[in-house]
Amino acid sequence: MGSTCFHTSAAPSSCLLSSTKRSYGLHDLKLKVPISRTRKVSKVLAFYGLRSPPYKLDALEPHMSNRTLEMHWGELHRGYVEGLNKQLERNDILYGYTMDELIKATYNNGNPFPEFNNAAQVWNHNFFWDSMHPRGGNMPTLGLLDQIEKDFGSFTNFKEKFVDAALSLFGSGWVWLVLRKREKRLEVVKTCNAINPIVWDDIPIINLDMWEHAYYFDYKNDRAAYVKNFLDHLVSWDVATARIIRAEAFVNLGEPKIPIA
Amino acid sequence: MPRQLSNHFLPLPNKNINSSSPSIGRCNLVFSTDLECSSLSSMALRTLLSRRTLAAAVRPQLGSTLGLRSLVTFSLPDLAYDYGALEPVISGEIMELHHQKHHQAYITNYNKALEQLELAMSKGDASSIVKLQGALKFNGGGHVNHSIFWKNLAPVREGGGEPPKGSLGWAIDTDFGSLETLISRMSTEGAALQGSGWVWLGVDKDLKKLVVETTVNQDPLVTKGANLVPLIGIDVWEHAYYLQYKNVRPDYLKNIWKVISWKYASDLYEKECPVH
Repeated sequence: MGSTCFHTSAAPSSCLLSSTKRSYGLHDLKLKVPISRTRKVSKVLAFYGLRSPPYKLDALEPHMSNRTLEMHWGELHRGYVEGLNKQLERNDILYGYTMDELIKATYNNGNPFPEFNNAAQVWNHNFFWDSMHPRGGNMPTLGLLDQIEKDFGSFTNFKEKFVDAALSLFGSGWVWLVLRKREKRLEVVKTCNAINPIVWDDIPIINLDMWEHAYYFDYKNDRAAYVKNFLDHLVSWDVATARIIRAEAFVNLGEPKIPIA
Repeated sequence: MPRQLSNHFLPLPNKNINSSSPSIGRCNLVFSTDLECSSLSSMALRTLLSRRTLAAAVRPQLGSTLGLRSLVTFSLPDLAYDYGALEPVISGEIMELHHQKHHQAYITNYNKALEQLELAMSKGDASSIVKLQGALKFNGGGHVNHSIFWKNLAPVREGGGEPPKGSLGWAIDTDFGSLETLISRMSTEGAALQGSGWVWLGVDKDLKKLVVETTVNQDPLVTKGANLVPLIGIDVWEHAYYLQYKNVRPDYLKNIWKVISWKYASDLYEKECPVH
């Protein structure tokens, strides 16, 4: 198998690191191929790596402090990655998945396996760091703004809906701006614990961590201030635009306005 | 201080109520200005007055179909100890935030939801009534659970951490083998709980058996079984430990047993499962 084993606590990407060429589809879940017993291989020690946010940990001050990011990324996110790797060590059925496939497989249509929590939280946090930017906030532009105005009426209305969803979430969870594949429109959804809209085949555009650990150091229990600061100062509409452009390859959002003659 | 207390409605059964106060619905209330008030400390009285009746007298005379109903709202119960008394196990900062911000928010929102519920019930708006159930369970559960939690905690010098004696101690040994086993079981379940919730030691009052359960968010223990009475509840929401223990929930669960008071649990257990 010639698998490369190296410890990847600071790897640059969070994609699959095992060099096996086999890919397990969902229908292969029934096969129990004990790879470790068929040949003598060095044990692969890690499968997924921790990706750093695209900015320094103190770059989001004063809206999200260095201390929060050190804890949230450095300890919690890292903990999810390491926990996931440890779980995958024991389970060779879940070998060879990309992160997206792993989440959908472990979600198991609503009856999640233990690996789901770690896998989904790794994905969610990667998405979250990318959704923010030190000079974020302001408004989206061009096509994304048009789509938001089409689906929510106005950008202000969207912000209101987003804040409402965040504040009415009971317990731990995430708030998403998501592009619904079937309805072909943008919506604000809130999910519990680690649940991620890709399990329903929807395409997330931005997300916000509403677990208490995300804001407790900076805002204590003042969730409203946290959400407001996220929308006003941190959210990266550039990244959101890139995501919706990519999403248009999968969802037909309507005919482009090509002028006739 | 006694003057302020006279503004509260105190049901005092021995008073002659025929003369002064009008009979309001079925509540016979009386203003108390007497020495009974001054002999009690304000804190103790405020814990007695954890229910405040909105003055039915304030409401205008409504149609006879509605009658005169008074909505019972809730207020923040006081702690029996200072915020800093549980140091170093739980910091004073956490206790103050937990009590004054979180618990108070649950109570405020619970009262709001109750008012909206009463309005919806009086209008016969079935769908609104159902829509409010989520807010009622969450905020009401938050109030109920935290009220139990404060009673479960005590500073070390007031018995926090002392193992249970009496019938509860025997029951723990019978149902779990030893106190250490119970503690390690509850700590494990609390650490494994994903997201927010509570871990409970409860007693099934019909089967007379102790149970360890977890509930999510602010669901009270009864959602796991109508016969379950909560004896000990440990809050494993992040707000309960994050400022001090960061994300190391197992450390919090290991240490909190040093300030758990088994007195409340023992008394309640003896009430539910009396020894014949």
